[in-house]
Amino acid sequence: MNNSVQGIVVSHARLAEGLVDAVAEITGERGALQPVSNEGCSRAVLGQRLAEAIGARPAVVFVDLPGGSCLQAAIAYLRAHRDVAVVAGVNLAMLVDFVYHRDLTPAGAAQRASEVGGRAVRVVE
Amino acid sequence: MTLSLVRVDDRLIHGQVVVGWGHALGAKQLVLVDDEVSANEWERDIYRVGVPPDMTIEFLSVEQAARRVSDWEASSKRTIVVLGDVAAVVRLCELAPHVKRVNLGGIHPAPGRRQRLPYVFMSDDELSALTALAARGVDITAQDVPTARAVPLRELA
Repeated sequence: MNNSVQGIVVSHARLAEGLVDAVAEITGERGALQPVSNEGCSRAVLGQRLAEAIGARPAVVFVDLPGGSCLQAAIAYLRAHRDVAVVAGVNLAMLVDFVYHRDLTPAGAAQRASEVGGRAVRVVE
Repeated sequence: MTLSLVRVDDRLIHGQVVVGWGHALGAKQLVLVDDEVSANEWERDIYRVGVPPDMTIEFLSVEQAARRVSDWEASSKRTIVVLGDVAAVVRLCELAPHVKRVNLGGIHPAPGRRQRLPYVFMSDDELSALTALAARGVDITAQDVPTARAVPLRELA
């Protein structure tokens, strides 16, 4: 599975860890996603954490908010590296779907995740 | 006076600033004061992402910001000024002596620094520089979010 695209979830506090745990509990898939927290670090250190998590493999970086330090670190990484795509506004539905579609390119997987995650947000009556 | 907050935060523009302080203060303008970011279009683009549509953002060097402090104070627009480190805020206060309040919002670990609060790490030199600033009449407190206690500088020694 080393050629499969990997998912890196970047968040404030321990949200990323919780999302990754929840995906593993729902799907049984472990190792497809890695959490990265911005807790207690500057943007530079967060960038290092992100780079270490990604390593040399293609990746989709899922960020919690459509702005702020997590997205800034992801964009900075994206501009200097190929085989990486970024999705802002991560939710559990897109991550659950992502682990079953890691044969896509990072750009393709990111597009799919955005669509699946967007469809999952709805008002239930 | 509508210069609502002068903050030292090495993450510069992020959630605590835009959402936490922005909402609490009703701020409509963000000013990122950093010599490197203000000179780099690539960096400026990164910080523009996520600024809500009802807020504006401006990028200035320390010298440029010092010349604008009076404008912000006179403006009807509430303004948050963010700087990335202690040295920058000390320079700003030297060049614009009418800045009388400084918020320490997030200074993270680096070589030579030690922990003063969970979100404030400073070297002894940085603390000395702020202490000298306080002796000249600047009110300096540490407070990461509006709902937290404002911790006086003397408690960080």
